[in-house]
Formats: sequence, C-alpha cells, structure tokens
Amino acid sequence: MSTNENNESRSRGKAPAGERIADWADGRLGIYSLAKANMRKIFPDHWSFMLGEVCLYTFIIIILTGVYLTLFFHPSMNEVEYHGSYVPLQGQLMSEAFNSTMHISFDVRGGLLIRQIHHWAALIFIAGMIVHMMRVFFTGAFRKPREVNWLFGFLLLVLGMFTGFTGYSLPDDLLSGTGVRFMEGAVLSVPVVGTYLSFFLFGGEFPGGDFVARFYSVHILLLPGIMLGLVVAHLILVFYHKHTQYAGPGKTNNNVVGMPLLPVYMAKAGGFFFLVFGVVAVVAAVAQINPIWAFGPYRPDQVSTGAQPDWYMGFSEGLIRIMPGWEINFWGHTLVLGVFIPLVVFPLVLVAIAVYPFIEAWVTGDRREHHILDRPRNAPTRTGFGVAWLTLYMVLLIGGGNDIIATHFHLSINAVTWFVRIAVFAGPVLAFIITKRVCLGLQRRDKDKVLHGRETGIIKRLPHGEFIEVHEPLSQEQLHTLTAHEQYKPLEIGPEVDENGVRRKIKGSEKLRAKLSKAYFNDQSQIPKPTVEEYKEITSGHGHH
Amino acid sequence: MKKLSARRRHPLAALVVLLIALVASGGLYAAFAPAEKAAADETAQSLAIDEGKKLYAVGCASCHGPSAQGTSDGPPLVGVGAAAVDFQVGTGRMPAQQPGAQVPRKKVIYTQAQIDQLAAFVASLGAGPSVPTEEQYDPTGADLGKGGELFRTNCGQCHAASGKGGALSEGKYAPTLEDVSPKHIYEAMQTGPQNMPSFPDTVMTEKNKKDIIAYLHAVNSDDTVEPGGLNLGGLGPVSEGLFGWVFGLGALIAVAVWVAARTAKAKKS
Repeated sequence: MSTNENNESRSRGKAPAGERIADWADGRLGIYSLAKANMRKIFPDHWSFMLGEVCLYTFIIIILTGVYLTLFFHPSMNEVEYHGSYVPLQGQLMSEAFNSTMHISFDVRGGLLIRQIHHWAALIFIAGMIVHMMRVFFTGAFRKPREVNWLFGFLLLVLGMFTGFTGYSLPDDLLSGTGVRFMEGAVLSVPVVGTYLSFFLFGGEFPGGDFVARFYSVHILLLPGIMLGLVVAHLILVFYHKHTQYAGPGKTNNNVVGMPLLPVYMAKAGGFFFLVFGVVAVVAAVAQINPIWAFGPYRPDQVSTGAQPDWYMGFSEGLIRIMPGWEINFWGHTLVLGVFIPLVVFPLVLVAIAVYPFIEAWVTGDRREHHILDRPRNAPTRTGFGVAWLTLYMVLLIGGGNDIIATHFHLSINAVTWFVRIAVFAGPVLAFIITKRVCLGLQRRDKDKVLHGRETGIIKRLPHGEFIEVHEPLSQEQLHTLTAHEQYKPLEIGPEVDENGVRRKIKGSEKLRAKLSKAYFNDQSQIPKPTVEEYKEITSGHGHH
Repeated sequence: MKKLSARRRHPLAALVVLLIALVASGGLYAAFAPAEKAAADETAQSLAIDEGKKLYAVGCASCHGPSAQGTSDGPPLVGVGAAAVDFQVGTGRMPAQQPGAQVPRKKVIYTQAQIDQLAAFVASLGAGPSVPTEEQYDPTGADLGKGGELFRTNCGQCHAASGKGGALSEGKYAPTLEDVSPKHIYEAMQTGPQNMPSFPDTVMTEKNKKDIIAYLHAVNSDDTVEPGGLNLGGLGPVSEGLFGWVFGLGALIAVAVWVAARTAKAKKS
C-alpha cells in the first residue's frame, strides 16, 4: 500500500514538513484518530470551572521548582558547623539538611526565589483544591456519574496536605522541628502501639538521625508519585464524563455548550498556565515565606512561641489547642485523651465532607446522571451542610492561631480558646440553620421574580392616584434559568400496616432514609417552584397583581 | 547619787530611764551611722534623690504608696533598683494608664533627667540592680551566633524565635523586641519586668547579654535585612496562610474571572 501512496505523493511533490511529521507520528502513535475524537471536545466557559486548572498548574509549578531544589538539598541529619553567608548563624551547629537549605537560600543563584515559589505554590495549591472542592460541592457536581472523581479529588487534597507537611519538615529548622515533635506526640498518644509506631517512624528515640531522609523520600517520591497518578486519572475522568454546566437556555443534560478544546481551550488554558505561574512568581518575589534563618536550626531543647503548621494543617493544630488536657491512668498506663481525641477527630473532620455525596445519593435514591449543576440555593440542606463544615473548619483554624489572634486583637488567649471550644459545637449548627433560611429566602425571591417580574425601581402614579412599582417581566431565557431545577418529593414508605392490618416489615435504615428525605424535601426545606398554571394565571390577568 | 537613788521609785523614774536610753541610742546612731550620709549631704546624688522623691509623690505614689511600700494597685519598690525604674519609665510602661493583665509599652512622658532622678530615689530605698553603663550593654564585637543560640534557648519560648513576641495566659503577653534599645533589653534581662523572669549576671553573664542584644539587633530592628521580601509581620505560617489565600489565590481567581470573561463568543445581535 505504501508504494502506491509514495508514487502518488511524489507526483504531487513533497508534502509540507509538518504534515510529514504528523504522518510519521500517526503511523506510530495513532494521533489522528485521537485528535479527531478529542480536538473538538467542548468545554463550557465559566470562571469557577478554572479553579481546577489553578490547582493543576500550581501542582506543575511545585514539581518544576521542587526538582530544582533537589539538586542542592542534602537530606541528611549529620551535624555540621555553619559557615555560609548568613552572619547571625555563623558557627552554629546544625544538620546538613538545614545547612543545605541555608545554602539554597543564600548562596545558590535564584535559590531563595525558587524555594519561595515552591512554598507559596504549595499553599496556593491546597487553597485552590479547597475552593475547587467547594465549587463542586455547592453546585452538586459530585452527583452521578462523578462520585469516583470526587473521591479522587478528595484523596488529592489529603495527600497534598501530607506532602506539604513532609516538605515543611525537611529544612529541619526550629519551627518545623516543633511541628514534627507535635506529630510525634500525636503518634505517641495512640493506645498500646503509640510508642512502637513512633520508634518505627523515627528509627528510635525522637528526633534520631533518620527522619529527614525518610520524609524526603516520602515528600519527593512516594506522595507526589501517587498524586501525579491521581491527577491523570482525575483529568481522564473529566474528559470521559464531559464537563458539567450551569443551567441555561439550550443547555441540557445531554449536551455541553461551550468552546472546542482546539484551538480555543488550548490557547486559553496555555495562557492561563503562564498567568498562574506569573502570579505565583510575583507573590514569591514580594513576600517572604518560611524564613528558616529567623527560626534557627532545630534542637529538641529549644522551642519558639507562635509555632504553627502551614495553614492546611492549621485545623489539626486548632483541635489540639482547644482540647482540655485530659488523661486517664489505667493499670499504670497513661492514656493521653487530650492528644488522642484530637487525633481521632482530625480524620473525621475530613471524612465528613468526603462521604456527603454518598449520603445524599442514598437519601434521594436518585440513580440518574446529572450534568446540569444546581444553584446552591436550590439545595438548601446540602448548602447548609457545606457551610456548616466550612464554619467548623474556620473555627478550628482560629483555634490553631489563637495566640496570634490574642496578641493582635488584644484579647486573652484563654478567652479565644473558650470561644473556639463553644463555637466548634455551636457554630456549625447556627451556620446550617442560617444558611438554610437564606437559601429559602433566595428561592422565594426567585419565585417572586418568575411570577411578577423584576422590580424596576420605577414608581408610577395611576390616574386614580394609586402609586405602583413597575415590574418588568423576565425574558424567556431568565425564566428558564430560574425554573430549570427539579425538586424532589419526600420519600414515602407507606403505612406501617397493610390493608389487612398486619404490620409491614420496614427496615430501620428505610425509616431513617424516609426521615432524612422528609427533612431534605419537606415544605420547610424547599419552596415549591412556580408552576406553569400559576405563571399563566398571573401573566394573563389584567392589571397589576 | 543619794538624790538619784532616793527618787528611784518615783512614778516617773521609768519614763526618765526610757528617755535616757532612747537619747543614748539615738545619739549613738546619730554619731556613727548618719555620719557618712552627712558627709555626702550636699552632693548631686542627694539633690537627685530629693527631686526624684517629688516626682515620685506626683506620678507614682498613688499606686506604689507614699513611701514605695506598695498597695493593692502596685508592687513595693524597695529594692527593685535603678535599672527597673529606668526600664519601666524609660519605655513608657510607667506610669501605667490603667491596671490590667499587663502594662503596655507607650510614649515616654518623663525626660531622661527626670527618669534618672526617679531612679536615684527608688535606688535610695534599698539596694537593687543599677542602670548599666554603656560599655556593659554595647554590643560591638559580640558573638551573634552565640546570642542567637542563647535567645532561642532562653527567650524564644515567649518572645518567639526572632523576638516578634507572643501570647501568655489571661491577656498577658511577651512584647515584641523590635527596636528596643540595647540598654532597655539589658535592664529587662537584669530586672525581669512584669511577667518576665530575671536573668541576673549570675545566671546570664554580661557577655551573654551582649551577645543576645547583638543578635536581636541583627534579626529584629530597622537594620534587619529581609532577604525574601516582605516579612508579613514575622509571625510565621498564620500570616503566610492569610497572605496566600488573599493575595495568592485571590489574585488567581481574579485572573480566572478575567480569562473566562474574554472568550471567542459569537456576537449577540
């Protein structure tokens, strides 16, 4: 076959170089069919759909800068004497890890900037993941078929937190050493196996001579490797499921309205990568982060006040700081509840948000695919839960920074701690109730707008003297957007007894489900959206309603 | 002698004996102890004490008591020494505006001459640490590295690793040491003001104090070089996190909104 083709192409002259390269590649990689299938892949346009891109790009920035840092970092705890450029640490004994980080910061060309880009990008990466997750949560994008991708994203968040923590510990400075000591304390509080776990982690008594090298492998190889795999899987699933979109005219559950991947999205995404890199680089060039020279090298006999982890671990710090120092003695063994309870609650806080999609799916019993996003107000219970979770998270963050808050707002640290202790329980409940009320209010407003139109602010005086405000009817598009959502009905499990008066067998879980369903979808939890009849009645009526 | 013995049972005899004893002991005391004081009576020192006493009566006595014996509102000042006065008044902490968990540093209202007079008066009440001379606290030639190590070991628990300050219980706090003068740092270590423990020369030698002063000047003053840019208050991860969220992610979201708003849309007619 090739002979014929060659003869033909020769008769028409040589094909352009680009085409020949593409032909060459297609013969080996099959790029034509790949491109044909995906080049015209449509993505909807909305700024909130770019939050995931922020995460992806900061992740790439972290990898690129991280590779540079590995060229100069020595993951070793051998003791050396400092003789670098930074005068106030001259002659101090420190680990090679700290020494090499000082070397990167002061004596490697561009080292400090790269270090700061790496660290700032990490903070922004995890902040971006939280915001991205909240976008997905509040718009209900986690519903079928995207539950697995939700879990992938959640895993990325958790792994990102621990990758960050291990990276923060690597320079072996006084601040991060205190953080590692904190972690060791938490491990020690585990009943029965705590001591063994700690010795296993640190290769003996804390701090030993091993943990930097071990954290290094975990930080640069194990966790980022898993994360990279998960990111790829996450993106493949986004491609496979196609992107969700907000409700609007012409947008259905079976289509995606937007721009094609090539050329529009490639250009936009590529440009956006450089914008993200630029913003992170500017932040890193302007503001200092983790000034290890100010903290000094880690020594277990020293500690600094104001020792906090990076923000994404701040809520675990808050849990510890607000916990009363309870302990139990049991047959000569001490159980440090003051540390162990926070250690148990820490994963529970994270898991609470991760499992929510499955709870909601179970309550609604909805097995259909959803590609149109909800407006948060139209799912008041979900929105209320999300805000309650965020409130808990924020309150714990305040707890983690209680000393800084106390000194900068001239408060007593005890008062701040007590506020947090109460707010941890009361805050989420209040937030849930208030958010739900706000959602219902917004639903009522939507209904009012659909039926009576938009308030124009124009006051008109009628011939007989009455003043009225002119309401302008909404356009067909707006009407569609406001009424596109569907509303569930509470689950009915039927009467307890059948027609013969015999008790029916109803499982406890079904009863619970019915109860939850009622709480989600009863008249107090959603405002029935306007019906066509209502709309017609009002719009066909004469005069003002 | 007979006359005397005849009146020895007189009702006023005991009183007379008492008077004689008092006059004798008083006279002896006047003859020996105050003799040195009398010699120095006309010096500048005693003038300063007198002036200081007047200032004390106006500005301090209401809380510390008219003779510095202390009241429920202020501790006794007998034996605190001139260094304590120089620190407390010289940093504006005293006179205090109001009672509270801790008296903050504020504008200094006395001149250095007046502070010296107050210090002289308080020092005259009882022995205590005196105001250090310049060569005692002058950090030139001190060992910065050693100072940093000492600071992290002894001070960082409350003042944070580079002296930015931190919270203590019930509204008390360790203040920031930014731009505190070498003399005042020395005096604070010497006297242990308010909630701070004291570090007398027996605990921390003069040389060690100099090292710490030199270190603080290098890492926490107007002359400090911040190689990484804005130090965000030097508070560590809390302010870094806030900055990252607001200016890092905030800027990126603004950029995302901008990018999303500019797209190849079909023009609406």
